[in-house]
Order: sequence, then C-alpha cells, then structure tokens
Amino acid sequence: MGALSNHDGRERRWKGLDRLESRRAPRSLLVALLLASATLITLDASGGEDSPLEPVRRVVGEAFGPAESAAAAAVRPFTAVPAWFRSKGDLADRVRDLEASNAELRGEVQLAGFDRNRLEQYDGLTTAASDLGSALVPARVVALGSRQSQSFTVTIDAGSEAGVGPDMTVVNNDGLVGRVLRVTRTTATVLLVIDPDSTVGGRVGSSMEIGFVTGSGSLDQESGLDLRLVDGASVPARDDTVVTWGSTTGPYAPGVPIGTITEVYSSLREATQRAVVKPFVDFSSLDVVGIMVPSGTDSDRAIIEADGSLR
Amino acid sequence: MTYARWAAALAAVVLALVVQVSLFPHVAWHGIVPNLCLLVVVAAALTVEAPFALLLGFAAGLTLDLAPPADHVAGRWALALTIAAFLAGRVRQDVKPTALAVVGTVAAASFVATSVFALSGVLLSDPAMSIAGLLEVVLVAVVWDVLLTPFVLPPLMRLFARLSPQWVAP
Repeated sequence: MGALSNHDGRERRWKGLDRLESRRAPRSLLVALLLASATLITLDASGGEDSPLEPVRRVVGEAFGPAESAAAAAVRPFTAVPAWFRSKGDLADRVRDLEASNAELRGEVQLAGFDRNRLEQYDGLTTAASDLGSALVPARVVALGSRQSQSFTVTIDAGSEAGVGPDMTVVNNDGLVGRVLRVTRTTATVLLVIDPDSTVGGRVGSSMEIGFVTGSGSLDQESGLDLRLVDGASVPARDDTVVTWGSTTGPYAPGVPIGTITEVYSSLREATQRAVVKPFVDFSSLDVVGIMVPSGTDSDRAIIEADGSLR
Repeated sequence: MTYARWAAALAAVVLALVVQVSLFPHVAWHGIVPNLCLLVVVAAALTVEAPFALLLGFAAGLTLDLAPPADHVAGRWALALTIAAFLAGRVRQDVKPTALAVVGTVAAASFVATSVFALSGVLLSDPAMSIAGLLEVVLVAVVWDVLLTPFVLPPLMRLFARLSPQWVAP
C-alpha cells in the first residue's frame, strides 16, 4: 500500500515536472516574436507617411470602426445618466442650446480683435469668401486613445462615405479640435491639437503675429498648448486669442479659434517668446465635432453649410 | 480544441479592445484607462502553455497597435505584451496560482508592459514625454489593472482552463 502511494506520488511529481518543462516558453519563439516586433517598429518608423503598415491599419480600422461605433452608441445612454439627475430632459436640451449659442457668441467676441485687423488688412473679403466654401460634416467621438499609448487621438464615426478625407480640419462649437489623420469607410482617426506631435500655425488675434502652437501632451486644460512666435521681438499679451493661420489647402483651415494666452515666458537664451495657450475646447469631454469639408461634398448624412442650412 | 481556444482568445482580445477605447474613456483618470488586452494576455499566460500565451501577447499587442485610434509606431505594444506574456508565464505553474499571486503577476506585467512601451517611445522619441509624466502614467495604469483584476481574471482563467483540459490543475 505504502509502496503504491509512493509510486503514485512519484508519478504525479514526474507529471508535474513534465508539465513544468513544456510550459516553459521556448526561447526561440520568444526571440522570434521580439524580432518580429522590432521589425514592425523599424518598418513603421522609417516608412513615415507611406509606411507599409498603413494599408494594414486601414483594414484593421474597417473591422474595428463599426464595432467601436456600436459600443459607443450602446454606452451613450449610460454616460448621459448623470445629466438626468441635474435636470429634466427638456431643461437639459435648453441648457445645451444656450451653451451652444453662448459658445458662438463668445467665439465672436474673442475673434473681434482678429476680425478688425483682418479688415484693416483688406483680406477680410477673400477669407470670408473662402470660408463660405466649406461645410461641416457632423460626427461623434466613438473611441479615445489611452494615455498609456502616449498619443492623443480619437476615432469619430464619419469616414470616407461621409466625405471625410485625410488632413481635414476638425472643430467643435468651442474651437479647433484637430485634424484627420486617416479614414476608413465609416470612421476616421483624428489627431488632437494637444498631442505632442501636433503643430498648428497660430496667429495672435490682436497683433496678427504668427507662430507655432504645439501640444503639451496633457488633458489638463490649463497647460494645454505651447505657442512660440516666429518674431522673437514681439511679446504676446495675456488673454489674447490665438487663431489658426493655415491655408485652405493645408491641414488647418484659417481663422479657427484655438485658445487664449494665459502665461508668457521669454527666454533670453533662445531669443523667443513662449506662451501657454489654454484651448477653448475641453478635450476630456469631447463628443460632437464637425469636420470641415469643401462645400457640395457628397455625404451619407446631412451636412451643415456655411450659412447654417442643412443639406 | 486549439481552434476553439484561439477563437475564444481572439474574441476576448477584440472585446477587451473595444471596451477599452469606447467605454473606459468615460471613467478614465487623466486619460489613463485599464489595459484590458493586457489582462487577457496575463490570464492566458497563467492558465495555458507558454507558446500560446506568447503568440496571444504578440497578437493582442499588434491589435492595440493597429486598431483606431492608435497612431504610435506599430509594433511597440506587440513588443511590450510579448515580454509581459513571457514574464507572466514564468510564474510557478505546477500549482494553481493563489489570488495574491494573480494580483502580483498582473501588477508586475502591467508595470513591465507599460514601461517597455514608454521606454520604446523614449528611444524612438515617438512623442517626446517627460520622465515624470511617464512615471505617473505607469503607476496609475498599474493601479487600474489591479483594480479590475478581480472582475476580469477569474472568468477568463476559467474559460482558458476549460478550453485546454490538459493544463487544468489536478
């Protein structure tokens, strides 16, 4: 009996050891997978814009886009729950409408200085005309990149079928949100202006000085963006408004409000002025956005023309 | 059985990814969300044989790299999750892991994976980020992953164990 149980015990132990051995990861597989990762990184990093992985990204995006849209649609009623406790449905609607018109009015006030200057420089008419040439495709944010992934990107539920293409400007009713990086049929990936890789041409509203607005890599609205002026001699004023100065062909449409200057630092060593810009957009609660498309674009949904009409 | 296991594992990864990018941003802390794909990989590494877990780690990482809204250099999460799967697979396997061991493995894997990802970003200067910022992200990510472990790991480990009977602890 004793011998039998002893035998059993040995049997089990051997089995256990056996299992242990085969559960050890084969080094060759580990090395192969690590090398595969390194190869992918090299391919993608050296490829840049036309990296061989772009088509793969597109295919994966086509598959995941609808799933993300569906998940976001399923989650939306629950994220709206806190609003019920604050007010009744119709009151919430009214508040939203008022907020929208408030944001619009605030935008007008903030742009007053810029508009005055623009008129003084007699380019008001041409810019207004080019502004009329664009329309907005409405879309909702369906997925957000995590901070662990270190890039500030979101997925929106409008893609090439809605007339959206790469490098288009994305705004919401507060101001500039970012630009479209790549599209699938039903979704698009948007690079937010707070991403450290994002650089936007900015213009200070009151002095018309131009500079570059870079993301600081923080969702915190206070430390949102960095502005560096091209002309080191000019000092941006606090509470001044910064708008985009891009062209109609470039990624960013001109005259979109970005934010207000909250702090100004001058660096004697670099002989440049650095200012902290607080963006108008609250990036931690992005929801409805609009993509600026050329007027008359074919779209799978109603698009908002520059005069406010739906089409 | 292997096919069923692969199908279940990949379905879990897809579900984890969609929930991670679409649901959790609403409750995120400064944009940091729990890494559910990592939890799926750790669950596999703790229950099934190492080659499967390694391959699953690579596949899950690649999905994280390519699915929208990702825009970093592809291959970085694949590298991080392969290493995490390897380390989690090194946990003593001849006995069923205790709750504490599971939580410890998740914390270690999360720390290593997020750090490897962050360091690869520093090396590639993909986005230039401050070390203090990286440390905050890594630590909060570990806390998030550990918080979700009791809800995610047990069902996943049961699922993997049922689909691979030869590895069920006696």
